[in-house]
Amino acid sequence: MNKPTDKPGFFAALEDSPSADTFLRGLWKDNPVFVQVLGMCPVLAVTNTAENALAMGLATAFVLLMSNVLVSSLRQFIPKQVRIASYILIIATFVTITDYAIQAISVELHKSLGAFISLIVVNCLILSRAEAFASKNKIGQSVLDALGMGVGFTFALLCLGVVREVLGNGSIFGLALFPDTFQEWIVMVLPAGGFFTLAIWLLLFNILKQKRATT
Amino acid sequence: MTIAPEKKDATGNSNKMLFAMVGIGLMCALLIVLTYEGTKPIIAKNKAAALEQAIFKVLPGTATTAGYVWTGEAFAPLDDTGADGKRIYAGFSESGELTGFALPATGQGYAGDIRVLYGYDPAQEALVGFYVLESKETPGLGDKIEKDAAFLANFEALSVALNADGSALKEEVQYAKSGEKENPWEIDGITGATISSRAVTEALSASTAEWVPKIYQTKDQFQPQSQSHE
Repeated sequence: MNKPTDKPGFFAALEDSPSADTFLRGLWKDNPVFVQVLGMCPVLAVTNTAENALAMGLATAFVLLMSNVLVSSLRQFIPKQVRIASYILIIATFVTITDYAIQAISVELHKSLGAFISLIVVNCLILSRAEAFASKNKIGQSVLDALGMGVGFTFALLCLGVVREVLGNGSIFGLALFPDTFQEWIVMVLPAGGFFTLAIWLLLFNILKQKRATT
Repeated sequence: MTIAPEKKDATGNSNKMLFAMVGIGLMCALLIVLTYEGTKPIIAKNKAAALEQAIFKVLPGTATTAGYVWTGEAFAPLDDTGADGKRIYAGFSESGELTGFALPATGQGYAGDIRVLYGYDPAQEALVGFYVLESKETPGLGDKIEKDAAFLANFEALSVALNADGSALKEEVQYAKSGEKENPWEIDGITGATISSRAVTEALSASTAEWVPKIYQTKDQFQPQSQSHE
């Protein structure tokens, strides 16, 4: 994970530092959506507009951060046999808190995210970070991991949301981009568009990765 | 391989497991209760504000609103007792004149219930506004009921005039295919959103047939008040 690289400059320095590496892994190298392909339900369902994608990404990142902090600080205390139940309990708590917080922020937003807020509980990304990272690492590292993964997840959701909203609705964050003559690709805001967009992004990411591997 | 030591271990472990689970459970419960109590007034305020905004949209010229609940024989002011029954909201202009009534209605759409709010003006005997409170209709198709300008134009003056003795509507609200609207009580549907626009029509038709006569008969009892809806 932490071997020195021979790349010059800023990124090389970053990759040599263990903390920055933890953060960057989630953001880029192990991006939860484009590399690990985790948490596909919100990725496909709630990315029909950029705003929904951003809100969903931030909500997930918040739950991820809080659950990582708690799981990491309680890791000596939780017996191995009941760890999954404990993690789910902790995650569910923060999802409920997020649900109330979003309702308090905006009724409209809560309306458009609908059932998907509660479904963050079963987002495998959060459970996988609790199990694979937070339960084995100190709080500081777990916070960095959660931030990296959370930002990476939000970034990926935004990638999908922006493309789908521009093509399917002719707007970005609700601002119209094109004149009225623009014919919207309605399929892009429907579930099928989610699959198309995700496939194209995955393709791009894999091409990039292959290019890097060969050079 | 002996089992005895493992058994001892298991009792010690199960106590530890119990403590861990109960401890985490209590902590989580506390967190949730704190958040719930902290956000409750804000959420209630937001919902009331959203409803009030919707009432302003369906009743042009409204400055204040008041909620009423149907008690079986008459409309009583909506108070905090939380009486069950059909709720309606009266709107008043700045000078205190009645601008009309906002009524919620529900129809079965393509993807679950569609909840709408419509404005009824007894002076014009017509529906004067329409707003979708909640819908899960397909984006780009069914959700045209919220955006389609031609469809929304139906609700600028949709006739719900009463018959001679005021007991029922002269003509119930009816659905017409897109572009085939001939009478003022017909709703011009949307091509590509037939199910959704039909659902809206049915919701409005049932709701107006039941409530418009009741409201019209008692319209004089509604006066501006200081109390507002929940």
